[in-house]
Amino acid sequence: MDSIRNCVAIFKREIKSYFQAPVAYVFMIVFLVLTGFLTFSVTRFYERQTADLQPFFFWLPWVFLLLVPAATMGLWSEERRAGTIELLLTMPITMFEAIMGKFLAAWLFIALNIGLTFPIIITTCYLGEPDTGAMIAGYLGAIMLAGAYVSVGMLTSSMTRSQVISFVLALVFCLLFVLAGWDPVTGAFSKWAPRLAELVASFSFMTHFESIQRGVIDLRDVVYYASVMTFMLVATHVVLNNRKSA
Amino acid sequence: MLEVKNLCKNFGDIRAVRGVSFEVKKGEVLGFLGPNGAGKTTTMRMITGFLPPTAGTATVCGYDITTNPVEAKKQVGYLPENAPAYDSMTVTDFLAFIADIRGFRGQEKNNALESVIQKCRLDKVRHQPFGTLSKGYRQRTCFAQAIIHNPAVLIMDEPTDGLDPNQKHVVRQMIKDMAPEKVIIVSTHILEEVDAVCTRAIIISNGIIVANGTPAELKAKSNTGRLDDMFRMLTLDKEEKANG
Repeated sequence: MDSIRNCVAIFKREIKSYFQAPVAYVFMIVFLVLTGFLTFSVTRFYERQTADLQPFFFWLPWVFLLLVPAATMGLWSEERRAGTIELLLTMPITMFEAIMGKFLAAWLFIALNIGLTFPIIITTCYLGEPDTGAMIAGYLGAIMLAGAYVSVGMLTSSMTRSQVISFVLALVFCLLFVLAGWDPVTGAFSKWAPRLAELVASFSFMTHFESIQRGVIDLRDVVYYASVMTFMLVATHVVLNNRKSA
Repeated sequence: MLEVKNLCKNFGDIRAVRGVSFEVKKGEVLGFLGPNGAGKTTTMRMITGFLPPTAGTATVCGYDITTNPVEAKKQVGYLPENAPAYDSMTVTDFLAFIADIRGFRGQEKNNALESVIQKCRLDKVRHQPFGTLSKGYRQRTCFAQAIIHNPAVLIMDEPTDGLDPNQKHVVRQMIKDMAPEKVIIVSTHILEEVDAVCTRAIIISNGIIVANGTPAELKAKSNTGRLDDMFRMLTLDKEEKANG
């Protein structure tokens, strides 16, 4: 019980700190404008003649690539820069509770942003009869994808006291996870090492996100995202334990 | 109440703290003295559970900081060096967060909050973000954070650093007021402070305790009967030896 209370206290503070600064609102606007622009204009949503969210989900991993690291870069690096980490970790809580509280706050913040894209659903429903199952699966997949990005961002944030370095590292790590399963890249590799290409692709955010988008929530994809998040959170724990005073 | 046993801390090849042991009883105010880089902050960070010791341990009210950190931390109030807090939070929000994490709920939380705000005279700035406060108010806010749960052990790293003489006086007065029912450790390199508030002092140099006694005992050890001569004698000697 105590453990959950501590998590909630950290979680609440983190969520508040997002909305206390204007950054949260700027972030939301940029996210919504960007996804809207890419979905409706760049992929010619209205001219496709199909009522589904394919164009939206297609762009999401790329939008996340830029924006999620921006939302997570301060999680630990700012604590370290300001010295508040010393305060936080001398409170009667465990490191795990602090990590979970922060992770869930950042994840919820991104999930909220995803939720605010609902006008795209309304538009699609107004124009045609989309497959509701595929839409729900797509959104659930998007939230899991966001969790994976957030966990990577949290790890890089724990590595440095500079938010800029944290942002760049998160972007590079996430880019690797994306490119490993991106068709133009896997296509080039699969010619000379098909097995290897397949193996590498199976570690990619993209491969697992694409199968969910088709409307199938496969247990394997859920397990994949859960494992990525668990791994990143454990790694954050290790990094913080070793470098918290640095 | 607080027992420190053979604490050691290495950072790579650097041996920052090498075998520090002492005991502090209820009602004592222990001054923790030493030149910059002597290992004061590192020792305090180990006692408060922020840094894991390389060897040795500390026991707070019977709870071992290495094997039962959460219980031990509940007994401790800690004011870190430079009084850190979240810049974007207001004083009230920040203290409410600390109260939350310290396990206060409902009315109990409000009471704890109000009483600490009165005690530390933060009423005027309670709705101001921490980042906009002056050094004195920052220090007091962080001090409030350390005493909100009325801890048995209070550990303060340079609590009067950077304050003006009036503010220093206030902080010392607060320490004195709380002293009878607590264990208090204050690190400082201001020697007048030892005379002003401490019942006992430890001088640490290069990670080793070089003197431990009441201010009067320490003064008696030097030829001139002055604390700063005594301090120079003990720590300069060590530093020169360490440097070759």
